[in-house]
This record gives sequence, C-alpha cells and structure tokens, in this order.
Amino acid sequence: MRLEARPHVPLALSLLAPAGAVAAALLLCALLVAWSGASVPRAYALMAEGALGSRFALTETLTRATPLILTGLAAAVAFRAKLWNIGAEGQLYMGALVAVVLGGGLFDLPSWLLLPLVLIAGAAAGGATLLGPAVLKVRFGVDEVVTTLLLNFIVLLFVSMLLEGALKDPMGMGWPQSAPVIEAAELPKLVERTRLHAGLLLALGLAALLWFVDTRTVWGYENRAVGANPRAAQFAGMPVTRIMLRTALVSGGLAGLAGAAEVTGLKGYLTLDLSPGFGYSGIVVAMLAQLHPIGVVGAAVFIAAVFVGADAMSRATAVPNYIADVLVALSLLCMMVAGLLARYRLRRG
Amino acid sequence: MPPTPPGQPVLRLAGITKRFGPLVANDAVSLELHAGEMLALLGENGAGKTTLMNILFGHYVADEGTVEAFGKPLPPGSPRAALDAGIGMVHQHFTLADNLSVLDNVMVGTEPLFRLWSDRGAAKRRLLDLSERFGLAVRPDATVASLSVGERQRVEILKALYRNTRILILDEPTAVLTPQEAAGLFETLRRLTADGLAVVFISHKMNEVFAASDRVAVLRGGRLVATRRTAASTPEELAELMVGRSVKPPTPAAMEPGEPVLALTRVTVASGHGRPLLDAASLTVRRHQVVGIAGVSGNGQSALADLVSGLIHPDDGRLTLCGAEVGRADPADMIRRGVARIPEDRHATGLVGAMSVWENLIAERHRDPAFSRFGVLRRRAARAHAETVIREFDVRCPGPDARTQLLSGGNMQKLILGRTLAHGPQLILASQPTRGLDVGAVSYVHGRLLEARAQGAGVLLISEDLDEILAVSDCIAVMYHGRITPLLPHDRVGVGQLGLLMAGHWDILPDIIGESAHAS
Repeated sequence: MRLEARPHVPLALSLLAPAGAVAAALLLCALLVAWSGASVPRAYALMAEGALGSRFALTETLTRATPLILTGLAAAVAFRAKLWNIGAEGQLYMGALVAVVLGGGLFDLPSWLLLPLVLIAGAAAGGATLLGPAVLKVRFGVDEVVTTLLLNFIVLLFVSMLLEGALKDPMGMGWPQSAPVIEAAELPKLVERTRLHAGLLLALGLAALLWFVDTRTVWGYENRAVGANPRAAQFAGMPVTRIMLRTALVSGGLAGLAGAAEVTGLKGYLTLDLSPGFGYSGIVVAMLAQLHPIGVVGAAVFIAAVFVGADAMSRATAVPNYIADVLVALSLLCMMVAGLLARYRLRRG
Repeated sequence: MPPTPPGQPVLRLAGITKRFGPLVANDAVSLELHAGEMLALLGENGAGKTTLMNILFGHYVADEGTVEAFGKPLPPGSPRAALDAGIGMVHQHFTLADNLSVLDNVMVGTEPLFRLWSDRGAAKRRLLDLSERFGLAVRPDATVASLSVGERQRVEILKALYRNTRILILDEPTAVLTPQEAAGLFETLRRLTADGLAVVFISHKMNEVFAASDRVAVLRGGRLVATRRTAASTPEELAELMVGRSVKPPTPAAMEPGEPVLALTRVTVASGHGRPLLDAASLTVRRHQVVGIAGVSGNGQSALADLVSGLIHPDDGRLTLCGAEVGRADPADMIRRGVARIPEDRHATGLVGAMSVWENLIAERHRDPAFSRFGVLRRRAARAHAETVIREFDVRCPGPDARTQLLSGGNMQKLILGRTLAHGPQLILASQPTRGLDVGAVSYVHGRLLEARAQGAGVLLISEDLDEILAVSDCIAVMYHGRITPLLPHDRVGVGQLGLLMAGHWDILPDIIGESAHAS
C-alpha cells in the first residue's frame, strides 16, 4: 500500500472528508457505548434528540456553538498564517474580564453605545493578549506554542486572583464571582424563554466576513501568502512582520469576543467556569473545518451538538457524558486521516 | 552477485508505462544497460527521466512493463529488492542524516536490527578501502552537517558502493556541483565503470553527456525517442531530439552601454561573525549591458543578490539605483524603483507553491490599483493579466487557477519572468536564472534577458555556470571572499584567467586590465 498525491482535490471529496470522519468516529464510539452496556442505536438516538430534537435542545446546541464558532475562527485565522495560537482560552478570559469590568456599571451609557463598546473592548483585550507572544515570535523567534499555552495559566490565575479580591461580588455569598453586568450591557435574547442570544448572529456574521476577507481581499491574500511561504511573501515585498501582528490581533480578538459575548449574552457575570475549554475546543473546530471559515460554523455546531446531546443521553442511559470528549477527540483523529486520504490516493502494490 | 554472461545486459527495462491520472509519465519505455557502461538519460524537465528511475528503484510501481536485473525479474515496488539486486541510487536531494557521521550514514540499513554490537572497525576499513580505490576522499568520522555539497555526494556514492552496488543510478548529479566538482565526479564514475559497474546518470546538460557517457538515451514526453552512441552523435542532434525542434543559442548583438542603473560604491555587508559577506565591493551596471558575476558558490553572490533584492542593507558604502541613493530599502521599495528580481531559489523565495498561478503573478503588485480597489482584489483583472502572461511567456499550465507547485521548473521560471519583466524594468537581477532548467528553457530565459537589455534595461547576471556567463554577458566580474573584481570585457578574458580569478589569484588582474585598457 502506498500514498500518491492527487494533483487536484475535488470539492466533493473535501466535503466528504469531514462527513466520513464523523461517521468513522461515531462507529468507533459505538464500541465504547456497547461496552458500557447500553444499546448503541438507542444511545445515539437519545443523543440526536437531546441535541436537535426539540426547540429547547436546538437552542441549547446553538448557544453552546456560539463561543465555539468564535474560538474556532480564532484558531483558523491564526493557523492559516502558521501562527500557532494555542492561547484562545486565555484570550477568551481576558475578553470576558474586560467586558465584565466595563459592563458592570462603570459607565452609564445607553445600550446601543455601551454594548458595542463592551464587545469591542473585550475583543481588543483578547487581541492584546496574543500580541505579546506574536511580537516575541517575529522579533526574537520565540516559539508561540509555548508562550500562548503558558499564558493561558497566567490569565486564569490572574482572573482567579481578581475574583477572590478586587472584583469579588459583595452580594455573591462568598463565591469567587464578579458582580453582574448591567442590563444595558446585555446582548438581547434571540428566542424567548431560551438561553440563545444575539452572540450567535455576531459569530455567523464574522464567519461570513472572514470568508470574504480570506478569499476576496488584499488582507486575506497576504495572510495566505505569508502562511504558505513567508520567504516568498517577503521577497515579493509584503510586510511579513506587520501581517503576522495583524493576524495575531484578529485571532486574539475573536477569542476575546467569545469571552465578552459569553458574559454579556449568557452568564451575566464572570466565574472561573465560564469556559469549559472553549479555547482548546476551538482548535478542534478549526481542524475539523480544515481552517475554512464557513466550515468552522458547521464544525462548531457539530461539536456543540455532541456535548449537549451526550448530556441528555447520559441522563437516560448508563453511558457517562465523558463519551462526548471521546467522540470529539476521535472525530479530530479521524479528520486527520480523512484529510490525508483526500489529499492522497491510496494505491495497492 | 549472480554472474551475468558476457554480452547480456545487466539491466533490462521492457515496455515500462506509468500514468499519473491523465498524465502519461512513461510510455512503453524499453532500455538495456550493460556492465561497464555509462549511460546518460537525457531529457527536458517533465520528460519522465526521474519517474523511470524511480520505477527501476522501486519507489513507484509501473502500470505496465517489467524490470529485469542480472537476468532475474525484479519485484515491483520494493527498494529493498532493488538494493539486494545490486541497484543503488543517488537522489538529486540527498538522503543523508545530517547529525550522524559519514560512517554511520554509510552503515545505516546494512546492519541487523537486533544486534547489540556492530563491527565499526571493519566497516571503517571497508569504507576507507572503497574511498581509496575509487578516489572518493571522505573523513569517516566527520558529521555530514559539516560537509560541502560535493562531499555529501561522495558519501552518497560510497553508501551505494558499500552495499555492493553493481548498477548505480544518479539523478541530476551535477545540479548542485561547481564545475570543478562535476569534473571530479565524472572521473570517479569512469573508475567505477572501469571496475565493471554500470552507471546511469540523468541529465539535461549537453556538455556532461558528451564529456562522460558511452551511450545516451533521449526521453521526450515520456517516450524513448532515441538511443545513440555518444561518440556518433552531435550536441545539435541530441538537443533537437530532446526538445523536438531545433534550438538556436541566442546571439547577443553588440550594444553601446548607456548611463549607469546600478552602482555599488565600496559596499560592505557584515556577516555577524568573521569575514564580511560583501567586502568593500564596487560594481556598475549600465543600460543595454549584461554584467555577469562569476565565482565559486559561497563567495558573496547570495549577499549581492539579497542586497539588490532589498532583503539586506549595506553596513558601509553606497548603493545607487538610476542615480538615486538607496538607503534602507525593502523589497517593495526595490520593486517600485524598477528592479526586476529573479531569485536564486524559485521554490523557496520566488513563488508560493500552494497558491494559484494568478495569485503568484500579482504578488509584487497586488496593491496596485490595477489589481485591487479599496482593499478588495480585482480577481477578474488579475486573471486576465495571468492569461496574458501565460500566453506571452509561453507558460505551460492548465490555466490561471492551477496550483503553482504543479508546474515544472522551467514553467515556474517563466512565471517569475512574466511577473517581473512585464513592467518594463530598469534593472534586472537574475540570480542563477537557469539552474536546473533544460536546454529549451535556458535559451528562452537568455532570450528574454537579452530582449530586456535591448529595450534599455541593465542586467546583473549572477551565475555559477561559467558557460552561461560567457554566453550572454557583455562584461564579467569575479567574486571572491566578498570582493568583486573590476569589470572585465567579455572578449578580453579567457576561461583560464576567470578560473584563476575565481580561485582568488587576483595578482593576474593588472595584466588583464592592462591588456584591455591597452587594446581599447
């Protein structure tokens, strides 16, 4: 058996690859489900119903998908330019932190003014968090995988310190949580009596915008050139350093916005369990989507559905909801293989 | 090794056909090789030479046809079987572990996996014995990373010989060598054939074929179009067979040089450690003039190219373009000043392989109003521009949307020419512009350079190929240790003198300059 590179990857194949990967991951997970003693078809049916089967389930899945779209875009944008941003989790918390401070009654502004201010400031905080590692990378060649990853812990401990101290809600019964944002800084709900908020529209709009920027504009063109061959980009007169820093601002900004939107749209206040690893899951989302901005939306909804569905399933069967983590991890591994098979042809002999 | 009856071929390829999708890389190729013979496999880029040798060595499996070595069929798709049958291959891009010693590299793969000791002493003696017998000087304990390209190639050959190779295949062995190293290589290969080995080398350089081979097989478009005894053929005949039409080398018409476009005045570029990259180098290139820079690789040519490309800046001295002094220029600035730059490495610096042809063609000018407006690319205009360049520069590709990395080397170079020459440059920097190109593409590139010279551009040609320098330059300067000789008129300096200058014997300079000053 040997691999031969395909001269062109047909569109159908690049669409089929993620579908096949998901199917393969579901099959592999079926073994684990069966092992835990549940009926596989019933478990998967419960999962699908729990994620998509009702108005409530659907809005829950989309609510969960909103930050994943944003962190997925953050990873996709950075990875396109070969900037390995592993720090979306920290950037998300920085965005949330700034949002909760600015939206917590510091300014008494009308909502149409305060809300954009809070969201933009949150995004700026996320971007600034990635700017440091990016500058270290372009100036001194410091590996950004290490710096962005370690910054996550620093940010989390910093937030923890503030939640135990300066930002601790006096009305919070001693819990390490901030005071809630004021009503003018809350994102409107999309559907009555659900948790789905306007952050979803923001995420979808940004995905479409990024697709446009990526394929149609000078910025996207330069980003792709720098990502694919920085030496050639520099030789052709592109300001590689500036493009890298620009990419860092956009990537960190998207992750920061994810945090700000979670605070203003969903939670209202900041705690240390604001994000169950959205920053890291964003990497999985981006990889599943093959770094395509529109693909990110699909991948984020899929992963959100797996998590929401697994919760529902574990309530009704003996399968623990950890199966969701296994399923997501397997999907990523299967996607890597599927991506390989899409780019190469398997030949026997 | 199984004995082969005299007169029987040691290697026989019969009806080899290999398709990659719609492309037929090899079309029913049949070829025989005899012991003690040196066969040149000649063909343009994309003619199927490397594919054929990869099938022979088991990297690819042929769709049709068989390979027989020493009278026995070779199982397809197994490099191990090819090695066991006594076939060795030296790839164009070496397959050595840089961090290991020469001896380790030679021994790797010849030792049983599950044995705790290895007889390094014996292996070293055997390596030194081979090295002495065939004139391949190496230091067994040196790490490969510390070796020059020529030395690495010797290690590759020794690695093959160490495994009792009787049939040695070399893929474009001289592509990375200086002329002197190439001459040494062919001397070695002749010793090998005298010892009874059969050697196949892939090439597209005519002078090598005539200098070294006994027989030559010409491939064109995947077909074997001819095999000839080298002595009974002529370069013209082979070039015509290879390209499919007759090729005329361009003949530069004499021209009166105009005002200077590029002037370096005692430019020094520090290297950070030891000798500077450029050491008080002075040089002038005028309109209607091709200045050839000769020199052994690594004497500052790359720094000169980077300087004129805008990638590095002078630490001392002055750089002037069209009369205006250039301070800390960057590549974009150089492009604006009308410098067309053909980089040394078209894959790594010239093009973005993962992007399409049209995207690469606008790379230096994507911010021009012609190709973008309000930050949005004018894709239709860019594609139309690509269509024009593809037509005018005869780029063979499926269309503007084709991925650039799928193009052959010659077509990539045409793409770069199309990108830089389409805008009426003042100065052309051509750094190794024909390295790795076939005869047809070489004469095309030279023709384009001379055409730009006729239109008033100055051309700075940096090349390690002395034949190329002599073929198109009006004046020649030699680089040695970061310094540049004064310009020497082409017709007053001989190859012998250039060789001495390239080796650093600048004491002969007064004689040459005196002669030319005297003559003019």
